[in-house]
Amino acid sequence: MVSSFSKALQSGRFVVTSEVAPPKGTDLEKMIHHIELLRDKVDAVNITDHQSSVMRFPSLGGALMVKELGGEPILQMTCRDRNRMALEADLLFAASRGINNVLCLTGDSIILGDHKEAKAVFDLDSSQLLAAIRQMEKGLDLGGNKLEGTVSFCAGAIVTPEANPIEPQLLKFEKKIEAGAEFIQTQAVYDLDNFKKFMNYARQFPVKILAGIILLTSAPMARFMNKNVAGVNVPQDLIDEMASAPKGRAIEKGIEIAGRMIKRLHDEKMCDGVHIMAIGREELVPDIMSKAGLI
Amino acid sequence: MIRSITRQKTEEEIDRLLNGYSRIFIIGCGTCVTMTRTGGEPEVTAMQRRLRDKGKLITGQAVLPVACDNLTSEALKEYGDQINQADLLLIMTCAFGVQTVAGYANKMVVPALDTLFMGKQTSEGLFNEICSQCGSCIIGETGGICPVTSCHKGLVNGPCGGTNDGKCEIDSNKDCAWTLIYNRLEKLNRLDFIRVLKRPRNYQVEPTPGKWNL
Repeated sequence: MVSSFSKALQSGRFVVTSEVAPPKGTDLEKMIHHIELLRDKVDAVNITDHQSSVMRFPSLGGALMVKELGGEPILQMTCRDRNRMALEADLLFAASRGINNVLCLTGDSIILGDHKEAKAVFDLDSSQLLAAIRQMEKGLDLGGNKLEGTVSFCAGAIVTPEANPIEPQLLKFEKKIEAGAEFIQTQAVYDLDNFKKFMNYARQFPVKILAGIILLTSAPMARFMNKNVAGVNVPQDLIDEMASAPKGRAIEKGIEIAGRMIKRLHDEKMCDGVHIMAIGREELVPDIMSKAGLI
Repeated sequence: MIRSITRQKTEEEIDRLLNGYSRIFIIGCGTCVTMTRTGGEPEVTAMQRRLRDKGKLITGQAVLPVACDNLTSEALKEYGDQINQADLLLIMTCAFGVQTVAGYANKMVVPALDTLFMGKQTSEGLFNEICSQCGSCIIGETGGICPVTSCHKGLVNGPCGGTNDGKCEIDSNKDCAWTLIYNRLEKLNRLDFIRVLKRPRNYQVEPTPGKWNL
């Protein structure tokens, strides 16, 4: 079955996705609130998979919740915690419940998270997970055995347009497309002139690209990301702009900047859409979209 | 040369493992642990002094030439009496040496070191893990650099998104293997090798525990 997200990607209109993080525990109230807030505003909602290697309620459970609440989920799957058998099994389950969008990620190192002594798996990498999905769609598992029943996914991956050096990243990006990625959600971009250069390169490939937008919440937060998040580069003028906000109003400035960036991406038809990451401030996503003139 | 890279356990852990034992014989090794300064003559002597100060009776000490060699059986005989007097052997070698000694001496053994990896001495005092004996070598396609070992995640299709300025996401003192591989193959004009999507690895080439019988 073709997912509604897949249809949105093919429609040629500017696509908007956002993401929601499952809780650490069984209290799903906040996650449900965020899903309800976003489900009618965006084309699909990513559910993160133990993001930053912090153990949480599973992305599969979150994606199922999106489905049950009438939304369109994108199931994030990392290769860090499951071997190929477990990944295939979860894909079968997802398909059986109408979860038909998957974002394939390698996953952060275990060492960066809250279970530092756990065994990391990485039996597959992100490109091999994409290839596994395409093989399963042909009716075969990774052992070469026939599957009963069919699966069909709109599968995607990520890229870091600001990575340094960029060449090895682009090589991996091309492999992901070759392996079957239909869409790409990028790491956060802030320097849109730089992103434009990336898009000039990326346009040659048959893949839809959604630019990653991370809401800036303060100047120190921007500096923190520059220092600690690989491939994120907030230019000094944006940091200065955040710092210029009156006390207590930084978040409004962040919303304004995110909205302005999305509007430019949209108006200049720079890419196929955006993926908005509000990291704990999901209730602000509609405000960002409104500033961008999307709703 | 391949070296077994070791690190001394904390004094707390060693003391806990020795708890209840009062007569101890200490064994070091003249090869890898001498080079890594974890179980050579000076380290064995320092351990002997520390344990003596803690009230242990040290029945003797020996630095075997190559603890993991089968000749260790003969070397141990030279210290027969001192070993017999001991309740326990504290062994400051890698785990290969500990297990070799354990097989010959009818005594409890306690390792004083943790064995970290099989390493190559890259320069004076610097040891790098460059091969993890995976059983299906791919370095013919990666410019002679092993991503299975040198990439923190063992990725065979290129870097992850965590790499930054050519360094690894977990430690800015460690190189990103895929940046090294890319740069080397670019220089050799053979980037075509790593443009090919590699299928998932076979982790069962020689199922653990490895055994090879000629």
